[in-house]
Amino acid sequence: MISSLEDRGKSEIALTVNGEPKVVRAFPMERLLDVLRQQLGLTGAKEGCGEGECGSCSVLMDDTLVNSCLVPILQAQGTTIVTIEGLAAGEQLETLQEAFLECGGSQCGICTPGMILAAFHLLNKNPRPTLQEVKEGLSGNLCRCTGYVQIFEAVARAAQCGATSS
Amino acid sequence: MNHERIVGTAVPRKEGRGKVTGKAQYVDDMLLPDMIYGATVRSQIPRGRIKKITFGPGIAWKEFVVVSAKDIPGKNCIALIGDDQPCLASDLVNHPEEPILLLAHPDRHALRKAVEAVSIEYSPLPPVFTIEESERRSEIVWGTDNIFKTYRIEKGDVDGVWSRADYIVEGEYSTGAQEQLYIENNGMIAAFDAERGITVWGSLQCPYYVHKALLTLCNLPAEKVRVVQMETGGAFGGKEEYPSMIAGHAALLAIKSGKPVKIIYDREEDMAATTKRHPSRTRHRTAVSRDGKILGGEIEFTIDGGAYATLSSVVLSRGAIHAGGPYYWPNLRIRAKALATNAPPHGAFRGFGAPQSLFAMERHMDRIARVVGLSPVEIRRRNFLKPGQTTATEQVVHEPIDLGKLLDRALSLSEYHAKRERFLIENRAGATKRGMGTAAFLHGAGFTGSGERYLSSVVGVEGCADGGVRVLVSSTEFGQGTKTVLCQVAAEALGLRYEDVTIAQPDTTAVPNSGPTVASRTVMVVGKLVASAARGIQQTLMLAGMLGDSYSADEFRTACGSYVAAHGQLLSWAQYEPPPDIFWDDQAYRGEAYAAYSWAVYIAEVAVDLTTYSVSVNDFVALQEVGRVLHPVLAVGQIVGGVAQGIGFALYEKVIWQQGRMQNCQMTNYIMPTSSDLPPIRVFFEELGNVHGAFGAKGIGELPMDGPAPAILNAVEDALGIGFDSIPLLAEDIFETITARSLSSESDVESGVR
Repeated sequence: MISSLEDRGKSEIALTVNGEPKVVRAFPMERLLDVLRQQLGLTGAKEGCGEGECGSCSVLMDDTLVNSCLVPILQAQGTTIVTIEGLAAGEQLETLQEAFLECGGSQCGICTPGMILAAFHLLNKNPRPTLQEVKEGLSGNLCRCTGYVQIFEAVARAAQCGATSS
Repeated sequence: MNHERIVGTAVPRKEGRGKVTGKAQYVDDMLLPDMIYGATVRSQIPRGRIKKITFGPGIAWKEFVVVSAKDIPGKNCIALIGDDQPCLASDLVNHPEEPILLLAHPDRHALRKAVEAVSIEYSPLPPVFTIEESERRSEIVWGTDNIFKTYRIEKGDVDGVWSRADYIVEGEYSTGAQEQLYIENNGMIAAFDAERGITVWGSLQCPYYVHKALLTLCNLPAEKVRVVQMETGGAFGGKEEYPSMIAGHAALLAIKSGKPVKIIYDREEDMAATTKRHPSRTRHRTAVSRDGKILGGEIEFTIDGGAYATLSSVVLSRGAIHAGGPYYWPNLRIRAKALATNAPPHGAFRGFGAPQSLFAMERHMDRIARVVGLSPVEIRRRNFLKPGQTTATEQVVHEPIDLGKLLDRALSLSEYHAKRERFLIENRAGATKRGMGTAAFLHGAGFTGSGERYLSSVVGVEGCADGGVRVLVSSTEFGQGTKTVLCQVAAEALGLRYEDVTIAQPDTTAVPNSGPTVASRTVMVVGKLVASAARGIQQTLMLAGMLGDSYSADEFRTACGSYVAAHGQLLSWAQYEPPPDIFWDDQAYRGEAYAAYSWAVYIAEVAVDLTTYSVSVNDFVALQEVGRVLHPVLAVGQIVGGVAQGIGFALYEKVIWQQGRMQNCQMTNYIMPTSSDLPPIRVFFEELGNVHGAFGAKGIGELPMDGPAPAILNAVEDALGIGFDSIPLLAEDIFETITARSLSSESDVESGVR
């Protein structure tokens, strides 16, 4: 359906996604979330609110946790993006993913990709967080199912396993 | 029960890997070739007649598929209990989010502009917005009297009790609407071709509800409607009924356009248009003896159903039956009614009426305690239901429940007495006042009364070519662990490993109707049927001489695989049969309302900051008897998650209404608890077992929604010496009350505080 006319005004944006260089054509104000989901087929990032409140679209951009629904794609030019799809090494789950499974940190799963990335980011900065630091570190990611307790347990378990030792 | 190998252990969640890797497919993750997008044009007024629809300038309307009520092939309604809710309004609109037109286009952005470019002229009619306005009947907005449903439960001789009472205690309690706020918004994809009919894929709880609604709407035979549940990102009741509406809309657009159509709501549309918890008002009048025994009482339970009947009658029924709480009432009259207003229909939300009526009951128990001069603990202890006594519907309690013991354990786990004594002293100084609050409650598992008999659920278990077995149910997974627990049950019943059992994705062409995934019925009712169907497989293999009396999992797999190779298939079905000792009278509303109840005592510790007037919950003990706990991690997850929603119900989540429309339909201004807002939520179980449930299980999902709000409000009263009977209770409410009190008494704020 995209005619050449509609294509006018789009820019080429180069970025690295989960370790692979990518070039996408997009309107500069298109949301990183939509580019990831629709052009790159990375549907792990979810839209929960579209206004940066719920964190279910969280991804890492140059090692910073961002709400991809608030990032215009132009701003992602030249950056390195990590999505949930980039966390596991093949079949080998990342420690946090294992911990979320074991501790019950994921129920309906819709907040899980963003929540795991937020926890990953937290443990990268602070490998041994206190409970209070975990609570604060995850407070930008809403979960309606778990009441968070089992998520805290999962983060604690991952921290114990040295989640970021790699 | 110790010989059980799989039930009671924390096996990995069946669909967990997909969820933690981002590979799980939710409806918005799915693409079909040539798919276009659909959107809904809604009413802008609460009540009136549509006069004229104008398609505004600047839009290439020829590119759009437009559907109105006249395009509906079948009956213009969303078939549920009654058929009063139209799929698309054609003349009359009854609430401000009523769907009128549907548009579809390949470009989502163009679609949004087109929705805004449609203007509709109305002849407005006077609307009704509150329970009080509705019951005054100055405007009749539904039926002949604005009443969707009434119930009356009568036990003993209530009228004879007042003259014997030492105290008569009255109270009025109210609860607000609450948004389910699943993080995945509602969404559906529909595709149509003349040969196969309609297929919808979506985020939903009840595949066969959607199936039924589409048959009626599209006028198609059952085999030409297929409903498939995608991974569902939270539901909590919020995807029980409204998905039928969205599926209907997507189907109509797909039929007219000939293309697959995806409709995904954004957060604002989801919050504004879809169902929320029914607002309620409960009035209590209770006769009490000098020693604190309830002699009898009247309870009037009223809910605001919104513009159409939808599920209000059933929500009302559960709320009414639970209204007397876990107490023995020798004499009791419960009058319940569901009323119409011009708001979007209210609907199912975890607890389904019980959190509303139990909030009132448990606040009222604290009021009775104060009037009689007993402690909140003692008043409950003296009135708890005991085995052999009867509930409000005269159901004899057969379970060996000891609520006094449950209460003692909760008091000890929460250090209730020590903390209360300490707070009494500490509260004399400083701006932070602390308090402890208790709530005792019960929750019936499964459909109410004869509901399970009407549902008559069917489940299947299939032997597979590889020797494993597959569970066939329409029961859906949306976070609770349905898939995991039902596989545990089948594995346990057959003596297999958990890994030997899989479960089909709910798809109405592939699974039987095991009933809706609601009412805390899945583990208990469906689980029991799964165990029974699984044993049918075992019997077939034994009768065929392929399996001995005792066997290993590998021997089973060999036998099962050989059977399937020889006979083509191996299927076993089980259908619900009402237990012989269950009797329910739908007319008198008397009898065994539920096959089993879960029981709980919750204790909240709160601190009220008199500088900001905010309440924080600092500790929360949730102790419950839920029968056998089939999966310890999932069970704790259900309780903690429910308590968190209950804390939101009590202290955070306020729907602000204006002209029947939710004003704060964003996550920015409708506040649910974040990870920083919640106390430690400490979960404990008692396990008595239950003959009606799989391996002794009872319902668990809804129970934790019932107790937090009254426990917290009771704790606030304990802290401040001022009671609040309405939720949500926000800082501004406390501020206003305390300020008004100090102005009227001209005394120091502190004097109003214990």
